[in-house]
Amino acid sequence: MIKTIIRENAYYDSVTLMLISREMKKLEGVEEVLAGMGTDLNLDLVKMLDMFLPELEKVTPNDLFIAAKFDESKVSMDDLLASFEAQLNSKKEAHAGQYQPPTLRSALKLMPDARLAQISIPGQYAADEAENALRKGLHVMLFSDNVALEDELRLKKLAVEKGLLMMGPDCGTAIINGVPLCFANAVRRGRIGLVGASGTGTQEITVRIHQLGEGLSQVIGTGGRDLKEEIGGLMMIQGIQALLADPETEVIVLVSKPPAPSVEKKIYGLLAGAEKPVVIDFIGGQAESVKKAGAIPCLSLEDAARKAVAVLREEEPVDFDGFDLPPEEIDRLVREALARLKPDQKYLRAFYTGGTLADEAIKYLGAEHLIYSNIPLTPDRAWDKLEGRAGHICLDLGEDQFTRGRPHPMIDPMTRTEFFDAWLDQSTALVLVDVVLGYGSHEDPASAVAESIEKARRKLQASGRDLAVVASITGTDQDPQDLEKSKKVLEEAGVLVMPSNAQAVRLADRIMKAAGI
Amino acid sequence: MSVNDLFKQELKVINLGLESFYDDLTRQGVPAIQVQWKPAAGGDQKMASLLGRLKSSK
Amino acid sequence: MDFIEEANKKALEMIQGARPTLVGMGIAGEVVPGMHKHLILHAGPPITWDRMSGPLRGAVIGGLIYEGLAQTPEEAEKLAASGRIEFDPCHHHNAVGPMAGVVTASMPVFIIENKTEGNFAYCTQNEGLGQVLRFGAYGPQVIEHLRWMEKTLYPILKEALEIHGPIDLKNLMAQSVQMGDEVHNRNKATTSLFIREMASSIVKTRATPEDQAKVFDFLNSNDHFALNLSMPASKATMDPVGKVKHSSVVYTMARNGTDFGIRVAALGDRWFTAPAEIIDGLYFPGYSMEDANPDIGDSCITETMGIGGFSMATAPAIVQFVGGTPQDAVNYTTQMYEITLEESESYKLPPMNFRGAPTGIDIRLVIETQILPVINTGIAHKEAGIGQVGAGVVHPPMKCFEDAFEAYVGLLDDEGLLD
Repeated sequence: MIKTIIRENAYYDSVTLMLISREMKKLEGVEEVLAGMGTDLNLDLVKMLDMFLPELEKVTPNDLFIAAKFDESKVSMDDLLASFEAQLNSKKEAHAGQYQPPTLRSALKLMPDARLAQISIPGQYAADEAENALRKGLHVMLFSDNVALEDELRLKKLAVEKGLLMMGPDCGTAIINGVPLCFANAVRRGRIGLVGASGTGTQEITVRIHQLGEGLSQVIGTGGRDLKEEIGGLMMIQGIQALLADPETEVIVLVSKPPAPSVEKKIYGLLAGAEKPVVIDFIGGQAESVKKAGAIPCLSLEDAARKAVAVLREEEPVDFDGFDLPPEEIDRLVREALARLKPDQKYLRAFYTGGTLADEAIKYLGAEHLIYSNIPLTPDRAWDKLEGRAGHICLDLGEDQFTRGRPHPMIDPMTRTEFFDAWLDQSTALVLVDVVLGYGSHEDPASAVAESIEKARRKLQASGRDLAVVASITGTDQDPQDLEKSKKVLEEAGVLVMPSNAQAVRLADRIMKAAGI
Repeated sequence: MSVNDLFKQELKVINLGLESFYDDLTRQGVPAIQVQWKPAAGGDQKMASLLGRLKSSK
Repeated sequence: MDFIEEANKKALEMIQGARPTLVGMGIAGEVVPGMHKHLILHAGPPITWDRMSGPLRGAVIGGLIYEGLAQTPEEAEKLAASGRIEFDPCHHHNAVGPMAGVVTASMPVFIIENKTEGNFAYCTQNEGLGQVLRFGAYGPQVIEHLRWMEKTLYPILKEALEIHGPIDLKNLMAQSVQMGDEVHNRNKATTSLFIREMASSIVKTRATPEDQAKVFDFLNSNDHFALNLSMPASKATMDPVGKVKHSSVVYTMARNGTDFGIRVAALGDRWFTAPAEIIDGLYFPGYSMEDANPDIGDSCITETMGIGGFSMATAPAIVQFVGGTPQDAVNYTTQMYEITLEESESYKLPPMNFRGAPTGIDIRLVIETQILPVINTGIAHKEAGIGQVGAGVVHPPMKCFEDAFEAYVGLLDDEGLLD
């Protein structure tokens, strides 16, 4: 039976609704259920899931609907509704006593000395609210994406005019005054400042700096498009200027995909004569131009962290493209991995939740292996060009195509679990993953990975096979998840946990070469 | 208020959107307010644009 | 926009500074502007006989019989439909009426003067509970009771008032909102304060002790007596706002049992109406939503001023009548701050840490936040004369605000005030 319920003028945020849908789906007898706002996207999804009913025609983006396909002998729409209400109520109770004002303006009446607005509402409304906030003198952390490029430019110009931060759109990570914002790790305060145009890239660098014993003064996010020609690096520049003027910052790190040439020039111009050392990771970009600008180029996110720490300690910032473990240990790990594999196990299955981490993997591995991906190095390596499954894949599961109607894989491991279930089979040799901890992330991503790996290994053991699995954990001992436990649960599942994404990728490369795949 | 001023003050946040971000802030003891955000005028295009007419370019 | 903020500031100054004062009593035909023998005033926005709901029709029939213009209900109906009787909103004559709100020429009215602006407002005496005109009853006891109110109650109260002198109603209500009244659906404290205030003056009138005693008994039996003072007090407070150019403040909300209507300051006398809603409230045993008449009465002029449902937090006992919990009452009041411009300087609410009542409904805020004013109300049976069947919380239809807002922006645009 297919049924729908519609609630007019009831608004809930997308992640809440997705997580509630997931819980409702667990009820026995429920085949499929979607609770969502009546946006075109969601209604398309309902059609795709074969649950569309005529009454949904009149639903607007301000109405909530619940569409469900279920076996009416086992469960009723009332049961689904009860589950929905119960989950909402428990959220309400969790927030009982805290008044939630309906607008930014009334929030400011309650907290007149607010400093920053953190915005994660749907993209089509986000620009207006960001502008509201800027005009009221607030700095802005804009997590929302699907904001028009012209709006981004307009907002950033306004922010520059007012001397405010306009972090985003599509900015996932920042740490201001030691406070992690959106998806960020708990790292100690220190003397290294960072301006980043990439979320998990920033997370990885900050985590490795913490791991090496140093700390972060300020971590400023710019959003993914800041260094495009059209935006001109406005926030990167704003961030660099602030860090240059910040007495607590001694070393500056920049991380981003390679900027547009005119923007790169602007940045180097700004750095000319800078009194603080600058470490630049324009991922996959040209080292020469960085050097010429008087800054320190990097081989990887980890390398950026190591060099920043070295420079802070007044040591030589040497290139690092090796391993923390001694060579004999690495050799041993490679041998043990190989021992698990039969000759017909040929393929890499890399499933990433962090975009920049996936990018780092593809750029490194793709140089010498043919890696198919949804963020391929060249169009001919797009993963939908892969015949059957006969090839290596490395996927960024946080990309739009995988997050339609579902929470980001860093929030909810289910998407990756589904990929594990679907792809880990007798032809798989090596699995490579990231495990991202920190605020914003799922409460225990390591266990989800460990469970799936154990399941896959059991499946393969039936035919005398096993899997080699390599992972890194982007997390610190101060993060809300338990770093030690995460490492332990992965190792117990037979996963090789490396100290950084770069080292995990390099180990994966060694294993692939040793196995001849 | 310039960026460097922000660095010297206590961070106080107004959160519009995902409630989990607000929860993370309160968990860390950061003063925060969660806005029970809805699209202006409930998303009604006509009303929203009328509201827009009343916003001056100050 | 600055000029809107200035206009609203002026409007709020008027509201905050109002001094609604009970200065006397009179007969409608003599003191209510434009009143005459063949005019029947009613609650809510303008409406014609054919569109009137049960309770209002019943009240019109009763009114015509009371005036002696008809001898039987059948005659009254024919007369009402004939076109020889004029119908007009109380609001158009500086008056307000609860429920059906019918006022006819021979009815006594309270005279309230807003001492600050010099404007007046009028309201009849509240009949009490049971079979009463305002719920559409028109039987002989109803007429008899109206007669007693005209011939005995009124002269005594009028004389007592002359002896006592004017009564500052703002002062009275400021006290009663700290005594558990929200002064729309809970009026017990206000009524008690009124009786206390007037007691010695009533005793000093020339009426017989028996009649004085009957007056005391009547007042004592009618918890809602003071509603017919707080309503015109609110009207006297809000009316001057209707002349403030460019102000986006809502200065009238009213229903006639068929339509809900609002008026916005900048738009002057224009009504913006939409079908009145059936209240989803607490129904007396034996009754349900199916028995209910749509929302009716001028009494939400109290909410328009910031008391009534807006001050629900201050009357936790109200939830026994309208449903919900005391926390709900607080939440409603808290929400109303989101659509109003200021807090009352006079009506302070103890459960809100003595914050002033949410004052000055700004139509822009209603549209932006989609939060509608909340109204506490009694629910009338849809058939004439049966009476109250419940109470609850109701909101005006959003359409009233949307239409008014569109007209408001259009007006400013026509005057070339928008970029």
